[in-house]
Amino acid sequence: MSAPDGLATYGDEQQERVGFFTDTSVCIGCKDCEVACKEWNLIPEDGLAWTGNSYDNTGELSANTWRHVAFVEQEKPLLTDGNGGTGLRWLMESDVCKHCTHAACLDVCPTGSLFRTEFGTVVVQQDICNGCGYCVPACPFGVLDKRHLAPAPDLPAFAKEDGRVWKCTLCYDRLKGGHEPACAKACPTKSIQFGPLDELRERADARLAKLDAEGWNGAQLYGRDPDDGVGGFGAFFLLLDEPEVYGLPPDPVVTTRDLPEMWTNMLAAAGALLVGVAAAFLGSRS
Amino acid sequence: MSSVTGTGTETRSYYGRPIIKEPVWTWEIPTYFFTGGLAGASAVLSSAARVAGNDKLARAALYVGTAAELVSPPLLISDLGRPERFHHMLRVVKPTSPMNVGSWVLLVSGGASTTAALCQLLDRFTPLRRAASVVATLAGPPLATYTGVLVADTAVPAWHEARRELPWIFGASAAASAGAAASMFVDPRDAGPARRVAVAGVLAEGALMQAMQLRLGTLGEVYRQGRAGKLSWAAKGLAVTGAALLGTKGRKSRAAAVAGGALVCAGELCMRWAVFNAGRQSARDPKYVVESQRRRIERDGTKATTKPG
Repeated sequence: MSAPDGLATYGDEQQERVGFFTDTSVCIGCKDCEVACKEWNLIPEDGLAWTGNSYDNTGELSANTWRHVAFVEQEKPLLTDGNGGTGLRWLMESDVCKHCTHAACLDVCPTGSLFRTEFGTVVVQQDICNGCGYCVPACPFGVLDKRHLAPAPDLPAFAKEDGRVWKCTLCYDRLKGGHEPACAKACPTKSIQFGPLDELRERADARLAKLDAEGWNGAQLYGRDPDDGVGGFGAFFLLLDEPEVYGLPPDPVVTTRDLPEMWTNMLAAAGALLVGVAAAFLGSRS
Repeated sequence: MSSVTGTGTETRSYYGRPIIKEPVWTWEIPTYFFTGGLAGASAVLSSAARVAGNDKLARAALYVGTAAELVSPPLLISDLGRPERFHHMLRVVKPTSPMNVGSWVLLVSGGASTTAALCQLLDRFTPLRRAASVVATLAGPPLATYTGVLVADTAVPAWHEARRELPWIFGASAAASAGAAASMFVDPRDAGPARRVAVAGVLAEGALMQAMQLRLGTLGEVYRQGRAGKLSWAAKGLAVTGAALLGTKGRKSRAAAVAGGALVCAGELCMRWAVFNAGRQSARDPKYVVESQRRRIERDGTKATTKPG
């Protein structure tokens, strides 16, 4: 289950699978990751607004936000024994594309624009994407979105907007050059850790055991298990509460898991349509 | 808005924000679900009429179906963020993408129907027309039903959870609209089978919609709420009235057949729009995503989270 779909096709060019381990227990909400990501990837500015939701003013991952820091204010003690401050806690989590082992966006993409890189990550080829938007509702995390901003200068004159789909590339260009992704490089607390996925999983297990021994309230890994609904995340997390508290789905499943069954069902329906229409002519042959 | 800090039975969320993204498709897509269905089922209706020796009905269904085939690609292309790249749909063959499969089916079906219609119009090349009709008849049913898989193959709760029924609902709706449209263009004396297809399609579609909503439980409510609910009611009212008119006065009066046929088609168009909006509504409210997943976790457990110990 743990080998990402399509990675084996690289043969000798296949690299060790890399990803992120985002440890929210040390996140301080500085948003350096958001800024570094925007700068490195030349992501356009898409509005400056106050949401009123704690310190979160980006709101969600989108075509123009590939790292998003969530802020949750809770009346819940940090430690299970009730100690650890005032009984209030402030959770911060830097969200990102999960680079799923079984990626729905990649499966449903009709043009082959979304592809699996030699590092096991999932990337949109911007010269192929035709903005059909299928990956947008296919992603169980709501990561992908269409960019509605004014077009870049290289687009044809009739294009009213960019119109393509954008998301985190796990800094594919930086990986090619042997560098770590911009967000991980910028993170001052090592909340965002980059590395070979197997190594990150071991590190996360050790971290979870330590937090458990210290009695942290609600500590859990999210997306670490290669047997989950998407075959494990390439970018997984240590959370301090249930996933939905951070706006994450509690049990994401790759929708194409059910596709063989859906195709079979469709063929039965198509057959019924053929037989049903033919049956309307019974006895009317002239 | 759900409380962030709330526990207990209330669904928790991040400031009530959606978890998945709402589909970005615009009006062209549900409209295409209708035209594609009409095209696919009309191809079958045309060939069945031909085999039964009803050439007038065969011709009417062929022309209706071809017209529906021809408006479909412009609808799909105009929804694209980058319309000039529409042909990128055909740079791969990809069974894991219902949209890719559908593009190929539409290409084959549209090509075959158009060829058959041109031969018919010129009243020449009969062997070619027959061959093209066979291809269109085989591609028609998949064209009419794959759109059910297209929407079900997403993370949208009201669509994915309805994956068992949607291709059947879309197939029944396609039959209803094909029968109804053909009834409008031929003498009532020749339209008997088309009327039967229309009435049976309306009844089957209505029954399947009800069954689906029952099976979906609380999630089924999105089909009855908001814009989806209004469109569902309109769909039912229009289609049932149209079918009744077709099945009674439409058997004798051409005017009644035209009115009945148009009502059924309008109803089936509304039904596609209702399903489309139900999907959007279920994506917008995090409660539907979280609740359907929490129910699954209660039943099967989850490996998405790893807790200590």
